[in-house]
Amino acid sequence: MSTLKRISLRLLAGVGVLWGAATLTFLAVNFSGGDTALAILGGPDALPTPELLARVRAEYGLDQPLTVQYGHYLARLAHGDLGESYRLRIPVLQAISEQIGATLQLSFSAALLAILLALVCAILTANRSRWVRSAASGSELVISSAPSFVIGILLLLVFSFHWHWLPPSGSAGWRSLILPSVALALPVAAVLTQLLRQSLEDTLEQPFIAMARARGLSETAVRLRHALRHALVPLVTLAGFIFASLLGGAVVIELLFARQGIGRLMLDATTNKDVPMVLGVTLLAATVYVVVNLAVDLINRWIDPRSAQE
Amino acid sequence: MSQAIETVIVGPAPGVGGSRPLGFAGFTHLRPGLWAAGLFVVLLVIASAVPQLLAPYDPLDASARLAFQQPNAIHWLGTDENGRDVLSRLIYGVRSSLFMGLAATVLGLAWGTLLGLISGLGPRWLDAAIMRGVDVLLAFPDLLLALVIITFFGQGTANLILAVGIAGVPRYARLVRAQTLNVRNAGYVEAAVTLGQSQLAVVLRHILPNAFKPVLILATIGIGGTITAGAALSFLGFGAPPPAPEWGGMMAIGRAFLANAPWLVAWPALSITLTVVSISAIGRELLRRSEGKPL
Repeated sequence: MSTLKRISLRLLAGVGVLWGAATLTFLAVNFSGGDTALAILGGPDALPTPELLARVRAEYGLDQPLTVQYGHYLARLAHGDLGESYRLRIPVLQAISEQIGATLQLSFSAALLAILLALVCAILTANRSRWVRSAASGSELVISSAPSFVIGILLLLVFSFHWHWLPPSGSAGWRSLILPSVALALPVAAVLTQLLRQSLEDTLEQPFIAMARARGLSETAVRLRHALRHALVPLVTLAGFIFASLLGGAVVIELLFARQGIGRLMLDATTNKDVPMVLGVTLLAATVYVVVNLAVDLINRWIDPRSAQE
Repeated sequence: MSQAIETVIVGPAPGVGGSRPLGFAGFTHLRPGLWAAGLFVVLLVIASAVPQLLAPYDPLDASARLAFQQPNAIHWLGTDENGRDVLSRLIYGVRSSLFMGLAATVLGLAWGTLLGLISGLGPRWLDAAIMRGVDVLLAFPDLLLALVIITFFGQGTANLILAVGIAGVPRYARLVRAQTLNVRNAGYVEAAVTLGQSQLAVVLRHILPNAFKPVLILATIGIGGTITAGAALSFLGFGAPPPAPEWGGMMAIGRAFLANAPWLVAWPALSITLTVVSISAIGRELLRRSEGKPL
């Protein structure tokens, strides 16, 4: 099968997943028992008149058959229209684009930190003495088990409230970015370190490493110049996982550190039952996930052409 | 979190201690850390079964005069903003945490197993349909999926279990399917079919038990993840309403008093972490043994 055909098949599969996700959200809205027109008018407490309800139904096309509504829904999504927030009364996409900068800043710094930490820890601890390894895997177990809000609160306690080194909240300036990034990065870094070390240890058994050693390279050079590059391949596959944990973690971390961002938007929308906003953020996340995985697939093919020949 | 990475366990490695049973054999070789983890889990089970035996006070007994007492001889872990004993609240909170973790895991496991079995044994079109559905579910980050479910169904313990449990379904479904495909072609299954056993009997008596053992081990590790997810949702304010002792909820309230009463968040934080670490440590040990790796 040609590369082009494979790529287009993957693309098609990605579009299929998104279509499935959109369908799922549509079914959820229509079969969860809530009255959409009532929700648009502000819930049962708003006590709208039947005429008003009927007018809203007509205006939003809610009086049409479900199949027609489904068609309209897909068409609007295809044009990037995620609907209007019940609560904020602005398009969901606009609300998201106003908030996404802060979340991107947080997740990129966290991702960078997590990857750096994992690289350093894995290179330092792979194939070392038993004590180093059990100390490392023990701390990884604890850190990857502790939820990010637990880590975040402990960081707050120590660095903001005990030592007063860093601000406890806000989204202004790089200083307010440090604690949330660390809290978000640590659990991800712990998982990555475990996998990277395993992969490094497997690589260090390979013949070309023995060859490099035979040429008289130092241990550091062997690890940095030869083993690391090879061991990184499995890490690329995890990009989707990293993305999902960072996005999920951002919800909690943004609340904890009183930051702006998509996570806060999602949380407020959930509390207020703002369905279009909740679904908009979720669909966006699913889209990014699909795109990330598609990219990972292509990158893997490029790094290791063998994976294309399955 | 560790369950995000898919693993297929192809039975014990041949020759490398593969015949070692999973149970209590070799218990004496366990490292002290595992003993501690096991003891802690036993303690948790006792606390969830009979909290009144362990807790020194009533977890709801509020008294304004006793508010914000630091840990001392009478209140070992201090008191909270309403003068309630923190230790007692922690002990009474064990039940909801463990129940949450177990129930959500069982929910995810049950649906995942059903879908995985149908997918692995059924016709190809059904397999394809189910697996594409699983792909769709996997595209939603866990916590966002949980928040969607809470938006539609509202908060509270039962919905929290549903919200956390559903996130596990696609992973268990893939795992069970992979295991089933593996076992399906094994010699003993062929033998059972040749001997004329009915299809249902082969599935129930041979395929399910053999495909299921590794899945159960990963589910044990998964319990830690569901407890974490449940605590996070309860921390976000979607758990049982305030007076109820829940670890995540206790941390959410204690957050407001970080500067003056740090113990209010420190103890629940420690409890959650120790619980998840203990369960994960035991699960990983089981996994290591089933793979036949040396201790």
